[in-house]
Amino acid sequence: MESEKMATEITPKGYVNFFEESHGLKSWIFTHDHKRIALLYFYGVVGFFLMGVVLGLLMKFEMITPGETIMKPQTYNSLFTLHGVIMVFLFIIPAVPAIFGNFFLPILIGADDVAFPKLNLLSWYLYVIGGIMALSTLILGDGPPDTGWTFYAPYSVKTGTNVIMAVMAAFVLGFSSILTGLNFIVTMHRMRAPGMDWMKMPLFPWALYATSWVQVLATPIIGITLLMVVAERVLGVGFFDPSIGGDPVLYQHLFWIYSHPAVYIMILPAMGLISEMIPVFVKKSIFGYKAIVYSSLAIAFVGYFVWGHHMFTSGMSGQARVVFSILTFLVAIPSGVKVFNWVATMFKGSIDLQTPLLYCMAFIFLFMIGGFTGLVVGALSADVHVHDTYFVVAHFHYVMFGGTGFAFIGALHYWYPKMFGRMYNKKVANIGFGVLFTGFNILYFPMFILGIQGMPRRYYDYLPEYSTWHKVSTMGSWVVAIGLIIIIANLVKAYRKGEPATGNVWGGITLEWETKSPPPLLNFDKPPTVTHGPYDYSILNK
Amino acid sequence: METEKHIVDDKKNILIWVDLLILTFVTVEIAQFDFKTLTILIALGVATFKTILVGYFFMHLKFENRFFKTMVFLCLFVLIAVLAILFIDYSYR
Repeated sequence: MESEKMATEITPKGYVNFFEESHGLKSWIFTHDHKRIALLYFYGVVGFFLMGVVLGLLMKFEMITPGETIMKPQTYNSLFTLHGVIMVFLFIIPAVPAIFGNFFLPILIGADDVAFPKLNLLSWYLYVIGGIMALSTLILGDGPPDTGWTFYAPYSVKTGTNVIMAVMAAFVLGFSSILTGLNFIVTMHRMRAPGMDWMKMPLFPWALYATSWVQVLATPIIGITLLMVVAERVLGVGFFDPSIGGDPVLYQHLFWIYSHPAVYIMILPAMGLISEMIPVFVKKSIFGYKAIVYSSLAIAFVGYFVWGHHMFTSGMSGQARVVFSILTFLVAIPSGVKVFNWVATMFKGSIDLQTPLLYCMAFIFLFMIGGFTGLVVGALSADVHVHDTYFVVAHFHYVMFGGTGFAFIGALHYWYPKMFGRMYNKKVANIGFGVLFTGFNILYFPMFILGIQGMPRRYYDYLPEYSTWHKVSTMGSWVVAIGLIIIIANLVKAYRKGEPATGNVWGGITLEWETKSPPPLLNFDKPPTVTHGPYDYSILNK
Repeated sequence: METEKHIVDDKKNILIWVDLLILTFVTVEIAQFDFKTLTILIALGVATFKTILVGYFFMHLKFENRFFKTMVFLCLFVLIAVLAILFIDYSYR
């Protein structure tokens, strides 16, 4: 194809990419270009991620010895709350859809932008406002909330800390999430390129499609729930506090009706990234395209009905616990289908072990550990023993950081040359990966052991027998920090001094590789027509 | 872009509005009776019916194609399923 041939060459002189289309602060903060909005999200999300990392490092440093090390208990309570709020609402939920979704969804389906560009910009503004509100709790009112990111009632309606501002921040961020989801659904329905029927759509857009429905349908529930907390605190309405006729378990139901599907908002797009990257580096069609599509939809659908597994020890009825446990085991099936398909895609492929593929393989390995330990906490009898222990902390960090976090960094290495038109140092990138992967396991694996031994989560102090594994875990956090520094330094250096990247650095055949790096304002020189499946590598032999 | 116009006669709109008023009255009145486990079911049933009337007539779902109707009813199904599972807890606690 002519466009493919062009894309493999370094961009010609006189070509204007979306960075060069206009200049100045105004051109960015009032932009309607989905790529610029993606980058606005990128800088915000990475900034918040680094804040969350610093808070996490401080928490881990506090835990290196029993008793007080560097902070008081109240500060520790606020730190784990803010760490959770930042990492969940400001990093993991928006990271993949808002950055890579915004940047690549229109390009992958051959469109020139999302369906509602102005709404897209509004979503970013809401994200920024929500982020500022969350951070303002540090300096406003009676100090940052100390409830944990779940804001469990009745404590959240009684604590004197600045809960209202924090829950309003989550409320505003929810609107940002809903608008992004709505935009993506309409974009995929209305703006696919000629020839791209649903079953020719790449798997990352498919994952975003499933995610967007969760964003649109589930997020309003958390909005209402958080407003109910505010109503209870301000007006004294007895929703959740038993002393005024409320039911604290109702809060947990309402919170998790959103927040468990939100786990799939976090992981589904990351799974889409993995499905997108693996075929490129094994030069082979993805194994079971339709199975992956349907498993994404199945995860999104069944994911609505499993929230109660967070509440097995909260006083729910026995019958409800059994139902939720069975449903939880059901949701593992489509996840297993995906893992099988990724491994089967790699089987007998022409494997090119580039940095993004290393992250994909790490994702599979870490996500499997996170997934299987999820079955442990999904089983009623086992959960009673490990509920609210470090085992759960390890489990969700393996899924969220080991899964979504690694997929995010992997995708950043995969699409970096396309986004910024520069290539990073691959050797340093691989070293960064190795350090991060090692540090990650030193940091989080001891938490499984601590949890099995009975170390409760969110405790400031601990008994001496837990000391060794806490020390190991803290040292792991330092290795993770070193890994992140290497990765970020390498990418920053590439942005300033990296070699110019060709249009198709990895030899991919999806549409983003048919345009230049970085893409022009409207993505393609002429609107593309799709003639083959997204992973049909047989076309390379023709 | 062509805009399709749907003319609904005033009589029908007023009839739906009166229905909604009656159902609101029903909601308020039945709140004073204790139907045991059926209390929530009846309240939500009336509210759901009102929602369907608003969606179908006032928000013109009636005139949309089957795809949009399916989407809306799928969302409604998810909501009903979530509530059904929620009440497994409350019914047996």
